[in-house]
Amino acid sequence: MDVFNAIVQTLDSTIRLSVPLLLACLAGLYSERAGIFDIGLEGKMLVGAFAGAAAASVFHSAFLGLGMAILISVAFAMVHGFASITHRGNQIVSGVAINFIAAGSTIILGQAWFQQGGRTPALQPGERFEAITWPGADAIHDVPIIGPIYAELLSGHSILVYLAFLMVPFTWWVLFRTRFGLRLRAVGENPAAVDTAGISVAWLRYRALICTGVLTGIAGAYLSMVQNGGFVKDMTAGKGYIALAALIFAKWKPVNAMFACLLFGFLDAAAIRLQGSPLPIIGKVPVQFMQALPYILTVILLAGFIGKAIPPRAGGVPYVKER
Amino acid sequence: MSTPYAKLPAWADYGLIPLINLFVAFVVAGFVVLLVGENPLRAAVILVEGAFGKGTGIAFTLFYATTFIFTGLSVAVAAHCGLFNIGTEGQAYIAGLGIAVVCLSFDSVLPWWLTFPLAIVASSVVGALWALIPAYLQAKRGSHIVITTIMFNFIAASIMVYLLVGPLKPAGSQAPQTRNFLAGAELPKLNWIIELFGAKIRSAPLNVCFLLALVMAFLVWLLIWRTKLGYEMRTYGHSPKAARYAGISETRIIITAMMISGALAGMMALNPVMGDQHNVAIDFVSGAGFVGIAVALMGRLHPVGIVLAAILFGMLYQGGAELAFEMPAISRDMIVIIQGLVILFAGALEHMFRPYIQALFASFSPRSVGMEAVKGKGA
Repeated sequence: MDVFNAIVQTLDSTIRLSVPLLLACLAGLYSERAGIFDIGLEGKMLVGAFAGAAAASVFHSAFLGLGMAILISVAFAMVHGFASITHRGNQIVSGVAINFIAAGSTIILGQAWFQQGGRTPALQPGERFEAITWPGADAIHDVPIIGPIYAELLSGHSILVYLAFLMVPFTWWVLFRTRFGLRLRAVGENPAAVDTAGISVAWLRYRALICTGVLTGIAGAYLSMVQNGGFVKDMTAGKGYIALAALIFAKWKPVNAMFACLLFGFLDAAAIRLQGSPLPIIGKVPVQFMQALPYILTVILLAGFIGKAIPPRAGGVPYVKER
Repeated sequence: MSTPYAKLPAWADYGLIPLINLFVAFVVAGFVVLLVGENPLRAAVILVEGAFGKGTGIAFTLFYATTFIFTGLSVAVAAHCGLFNIGTEGQAYIAGLGIAVVCLSFDSVLPWWLTFPLAIVASSVVGALWALIPAYLQAKRGSHIVITTIMFNFIAASIMVYLLVGPLKPAGSQAPQTRNFLAGAELPKLNWIIELFGAKIRSAPLNVCFLLALVMAFLVWLLIWRTKLGYEMRTYGHSPKAARYAGISETRIIITAMMISGALAGMMALNPVMGDQHNVAIDFVSGAGFVGIAVALMGRLHPVGIVLAAILFGMLYQGGAELAFEMPAISRDMIVIIQGLVILFAGALEHMFRPYIQALFASFSPRSVGMEAVKGKGA
């Protein structure tokens, strides 16, 4: 029973840890499918986390915080769009710039506004998203097997967790079952064809980036308002890059993205749980190895040893109309 | 393919436009300072005085600049070949391992002028090897170099953390770093050069790596503009298709360019490790690799521009430290914002002001920007 409980707990923290990855990964999916590389997921999550926690603590409302997180994150996405769509700048350079501006400004503004060394004040109840207990979770908790699964794994998460997982089928539906999704995918593969059909490439790509901004904003809000009770400097700690890795690992598909993020979340959860204690057969695995594993797996995938990851064809190329 | 913009005179292209971009970046940074509730002009004065006001300040500025020259050159060499080496950070970090091995083995036996060349070789070889795998994957497997080098940054960080909290840490020590090097692995300071000009210096870490950086800048210039290899790299960077038709081996040129880039990134580690801290510590690179991107873009990928841009960023780092001291609301993270803005305006938005400047030039003398030629084609 102990082993079973340990597994449930690890899976529970897997879910918690994979939520920000999943949201950021789906965010990247929208922009990359539209042909815009986005290295700036990390930065947009970070400003989202800061704006969310700051607004929640000033206005005493979790939902205002979430709204502000989305707003600021979308604003940063628009900067990326302005540079890489309107001015046809290098998308990677622009993404790197956004990450820097995000990293610096969250610390400077946080320190100037709250004077807590770059932190925002600890969020009070009502200012953060609380866990939702499903009906009957307490009653069923002691039932073997089903009890812990229902009460710990499924119930007891905040609304953003459920939102994140609902975004997976929703994103699939948007991309593969709507006109907008068809056009979005087309603009990532062959923008000239979309242009010929009389649809604005720029506006379509901007809309894709708005989707990206909304999702990174929610991802950031999750970090600072659910996982942590406030903003801490550099709290994204490379999650944006892991999400990018997961996106490649998922071969730019929404459902695969969920599994990739769960896998990377599981690696993280397992690394925390094991904390250097020995595994059967393999022996002691360094924590650092577990942390590096998502990156190593992605490199191996990219090298073409686990299937082939083919990015959208027009990715990274600014669209220039024929003249 | 259509050329979006006609040619500007060289001085405008390489001087005026970067300066305008830089100016705009600073104006935006000024707004952030305003938002924090300080006076941006006073902040700028403190920054410049902190960097160049005293001999010690100048020495520190040049010390930081040394680091950024290496990383800037590293990014630039790859960029000339059309490759975005975002992995300078990781290549420099892992090169610390090579330096650690050399210094810990020889610092008690050899004098610095023998340890130093060994460490140069070790750092550049390790840096180059760390760039080799992403380069190979790009050349042979078509894996996007940006993604693989980002991944390699994280892998390098994990390896270094593992080694520095484990095998490389001396027994009984708590700090995650190697033991301090002995005199045989400490590089001599260069502060006397500044003292020749009559300035006084209290301990500053400016060391012989500065000279090495200048030599490397010269060698990179030689490589890119005066050798066959450099020509091939630029050809490939300009048009991979043309390079292929000209019989240039794609694999060879990508791998060579990335390894040179990695070697330059690796040499960056010499400056803080052997010149200043005298040990290899966790996160000793602290973002210098990313500053290299800003420096390379700002310097328009030319070694002279890179040295100037590196000094500018050295000034920001040193002056930023003084600024944080004078205005507590503005910590050193202000530089990170400025860095981001410079990358944004000098890199991603480099074409934003070009049409206006071009129109301005055209209104003075249409021929200088080739407007007639364009009209003649009926475009």
